[in-house]
Amino acid sequence: MINLFKVKEKRKELAENANGRPPVKKQSAGELRLHKDISELNLPKTCGISFPNGKDDLMNFEVTIRPDEGYYMGGTFLFSFQISPIYPHEAPKVKCKTKVYHPNIDLEGNVCLNILREDWKPVLSINTIIYGLFHLFTEPNHEDPLNHDAAAVLRDNPKLFESNVRRAMAGGYVGQTFFPRCV
Amino acid sequence: MVSIEPSRSRDLDKLLLRPGNIVAPTFEAGAQLREDIKEYVRILVVGAGGLGCELLKDLALSGFRNLEVIDMDRIEVTNLNRQFLFRHEDVGNPKADVAAKRVMERVSGVDIIPHFCRIEDKPLDFYNDFNIIVLGLDSIEARSYINSVACGFLEYDADDNPRQETIKPMVDGGTEGFKGHARVIVPGVTPCFECTIWLFPPQVKFPLCTLAETPRTAAHCIEYAHLIKWNEVHSGKAFDPDNPDHMQWVYSEAVKRAELFGIPGVTYSLTQGVVKNIIPAIASTNAIISAACALETLKMVSGCSKTLSNYLTYNGVEGLHTKVTEFVKDKDCLVCGPGVLLELDTSITLKKFIDLLEDHPKLLIAKASITYRGKNLYMQAPPVLEEMTRSNLDITLFELMDKIPEDTIHATGLAGKGETKQSSLRKLRVVFKGLDGVTDVDMAGGA
Ligand SMILES: [Zn+2]
Repeated sequence: MINLFKVKEKRKELAENANGRPPVKKQSAGELRLHKDISELNLPKTCGISFPNGKDDLMNFEVTIRPDEGYYMGGTFLFSFQISPIYPHEAPKVKCKTKVYHPNIDLEGNVCLNILREDWKPVLSINTIIYGLFHLFTEPNHEDPLNHDAAAVLRDNPKLFESNVRRAMAGGYVGQTFFPRCV
Repeated sequence: MVSIEPSRSRDLDKLLLRPGNIVAPTFEAGAQLREDIKEYVRILVVGAGGLGCELLKDLALSGFRNLEVIDMDRIEVTNLNRQFLFRHEDVGNPKADVAAKRVMERVSGVDIIPHFCRIEDKPLDFYNDFNIIVLGLDSIEARSYINSVACGFLEYDADDNPRQETIKPMVDGGTEGFKGHARVIVPGVTPCFECTIWLFPPQVKFPLCTLAETPRTAAHCIEYAHLIKWNEVHSGKAFDPDNPDHMQWVYSEAVKRAELFGIPGVTYSLTQGVVKNIIPAIASTNAIISAACALETLKMVSGCSKTLSNYLTYNGVEGLHTKVTEFVKDKDCLVCGPGVLLELDTSITLKKFIDLLEDHPKLLIAKASITYRGKNLYMQAPPVLEEMTRSNLDITLFELMDKIPEDTIHATGLAGKGETKQSSLRKLRVVFKGLDGVTDVDMAGGA
């Protein structure tokens, strides 16, 4: 090994005299895997995706969901995705940017979806997550509450829950909380 | 004063000055070897924490003279029990600076250059300057980054054999409480960090609804304060785990939460541990792992004995167990693998290139999307990106690759024939034909 190092020293001297390559960007393994996920996206018409930082930054993007059935039909909900350089070893960080009256999404945009935390597996993909989010709107679940009040209303009085959702989406108060219009 | 030189290298001399029969084929015993190690070998230690302090000391005492250390952290009071190069008066100072200074004070002749910055802040050339990179890190992200940098220097010849002079070996140590590992990574020869990333168990993540509704442990209370309460109170302000004020806030909120639910056990150090995903460090585990790493570094450099092949685990939880496992490379690894060699004309357009991937016998990738060093040259989906990249299809690949004669590019798409098609992501080594300074490569599949 040591002889190799001496050779390297010489090589380095030579290289320093020549014109080096321009500095290049490193693409992490996470970025490459994400590139694959994104290029294979197969979204339903109810879901859209956009890249605020342009076509070369896939690590931060936004997903729009427009449910076509259920309590949230007609609403538009925006989610931000933040991907780690060690994706898919680590799940994406997903936040709901639209303030929503929902048992599994709190008022700060935290989302209770199992595959985003305890059940994330590297074989899952961005497509799986988007379908999971879509599913939250067609079948909100009072058993995994993040918005405690909304969950209780859904469990005890689905009619009232439905009218609360309508009121919130149209832009109005549910209890003390104001929800901006999202239809 | 009596010179300490002879006694200092006495034990090392037994390894370096005498021939042996379990040595590497390249081993040349003699004083010249000892002097060469002093003069030529340049080692970078990544991390100046629990492992880093041990590594610097061990390497300096193993005869290495040219060391550099990089770490972005400052010394905290809680480090002092095991990061033995630091004193109480050092709290608040950069770890790299203090560690370098202390080892230089104690070991005469050694030169250690500290770098107080993030590993990503250094240009790639910085890392290329070292013969061996020794890692004393506690995060997967940082390991993955250094691994990709070191493997990025690796070049393969036309027969897919790694070019010796481009190999940048790494020695990686890691500890968690009573457990630890030491491994030798020779890119292109032994598995890289990415080949075996599954060895690292994913971090335990509690469901948010459990944190919000039914906390049962101290860690639940801490994660509630960290993930939910922080955002409620500091709307928009990002939590910074390295800011002691932020950590203190999370700690006091976690205490309130724990009192509310009658849960014992929330402490400041547990808060740090949970939020930063750190398991309490044990000084002796660091010492054992670091010693193994320093020895492997010496063996690799000198050839004085066979190196670890290639992954040592140490477990002192119940009794003491050590095991060496010889993991194998992932031949298709995107980071250290050779990729598929393609010799191309400079005139080939991106569209023709994509067609070629479909017909290439080793690839058979239909409808490929192409990415080159962070630039997405063409995306088949989603429609918004397809539209943005469509205009590249008629441009030559040579131009899109900034006229670099030889480089790596990645393609994803459906690979295989007929019913057995499956989604794949492949590394491609593109060489443009007929350019000065590029050796001709025997390869079918050109345009
Ligand atoms: Zn690899």
